[in-house]
Amino acid sequence: MNRSVSRRAFIRTALAASVASSGGAAALLARRYGLVPPDHDGILGIGHTLTYGAHKLLLRRQPLVREFRRDQISANFPAINTTLPADDEYRRDMRQGFRDWRLTVDGLVKRPREFSLADIRRLPARTQITQHVCEQGWSAIAEWTGVPLAEILNSVGVQPEAKYVFFYCIDRWWDSLDMDDAWHPQTLLAYGMNGQDLPVRHGAPVRLRVERQLGYKHLKYLSAITVTDSPMDWGKGKGSEGAENGYSWYAGI
Amino acid sequence: MEPVANSLTADLRGVKTHRLMVRATHWINTIAFIGLVISGVAILLAHPRLYWGEVGAFGSPALIELPLPLNVEQSGWGRSLHFLSAWVSVANGLLYVVSGLLSSHFSKQMRTYDSAQRVAYLGVVFVLFPLMLATGLAMSPAIAAVIPIIVLSFGGHQSARTIHFVVTNVLVLFLILHIVMVWRTGFTKRVRGMIVGRRDEQEQP
Repeated sequence: MNRSVSRRAFIRTALAASVASSGGAAALLARRYGLVPPDHDGILGIGHTLTYGAHKLLLRRQPLVREFRRDQISANFPAINTTLPADDEYRRDMRQGFRDWRLTVDGLVKRPREFSLADIRRLPARTQITQHVCEQGWSAIAEWTGVPLAEILNSVGVQPEAKYVFFYCIDRWWDSLDMDDAWHPQTLLAYGMNGQDLPVRHGAPVRLRVERQLGYKHLKYLSAITVTDSPMDWGKGKGSEGAENGYSWYAGI
Repeated sequence: MEPVANSLTADLRGVKTHRLMVRATHWINTIAFIGLVISGVAILLAHPRLYWGEVGAFGSPALIELPLPLNVEQSGWGRSLHFLSAWVSVANGLLYVVSGLLSSHFSKQMRTYDSAQRVAYLGVVFVLFPLMLATGLAMSPAIAAVIPIIVLSFGGHQSARTIHFVVTNVLVLFLILHIVMVWRTGFTKRVRGMIVGRRDEQEQP
């Protein structure tokens, strides 16, 4: 009896020790391989970290999202949050067909520069028909035309230490992606929707498409892109304005 | 000298009811399920309309318009709590099923149930719970990119969302029936049995 109790106690202690040490090792490996999101703090951050880490492993081959047929395009595609920026300069640009609009690309890049809408349209384009899933619960299908973000990143030359790409918008919204989503072939700077110029209510002149994530990552009214090696450089270090308002930085689910 | 563990067990008189693993997973599941339902409602209120097929939005006809107030302010913490609770629920559920199969918990427990109880409990553990997990994962654009069949098999993104909602209602109904049955067979005795794992010998089972 006595012996079996102490043996059981030994097994329990050994189990607890191995769980604790493998937990510590897992935390180190997770950081080493970029499996920890910027908003990992707090109790809810445990869930964000488990989800992001699991998705990084499941998505390591960088699969494409489903693409749909033309006849599946939704006639009804809601536009939420900003539908017309209040900014005076934006209103003037809009009236002039965004001739003076510029996208700044800087940070950890070899050749920081500005792109006009014409510059962006001259780069190799991609058109894809995908489903937009809003965290609220609705979804709609549309055709998007734009330049893959990878083309922009290649043209400015990303430094090897880059870990995040930050985006800033005319309506002062900001967010960021990790490099896997930034280089993904379906991640676009879209200037066309359903064969037309991108409508103002959907983010004209250029919006982001990050097809493997929910709608709130698809920022509208882009104005600047900054490549960085740390989420700590902006705001509270949670990686996005949404994360500072309680919406998880990673939105693959 | 008597080991401490022995004198402790000697004080706990009564008939054994549930093993420690069953009791621990039961209460962890209770907490995770409450977290899932509360956060699920918070998420649902952001768009209390259900559709069939791939797409659906305000401005398109709904399959079901739920008579609930629209509230788009609660889905931030709602989503974070939902997925944290889902992780706890899935890990705990796996622990329960694996340990239950290893210890033949299910076959022993089934012998004490009538056929309606068997269908209900096995259905919840092996059909409805996996269905909740699958329809939940089907709604993830990232998971749908890895395993498109998961969303295609339910007939589209919005169908998966609708099934997720319907099965939630079945599970909540099951929970209510479960509590009613526990109540009718002696609430205090049953709850104590699920906490300490024993009940008094003189009490009827």
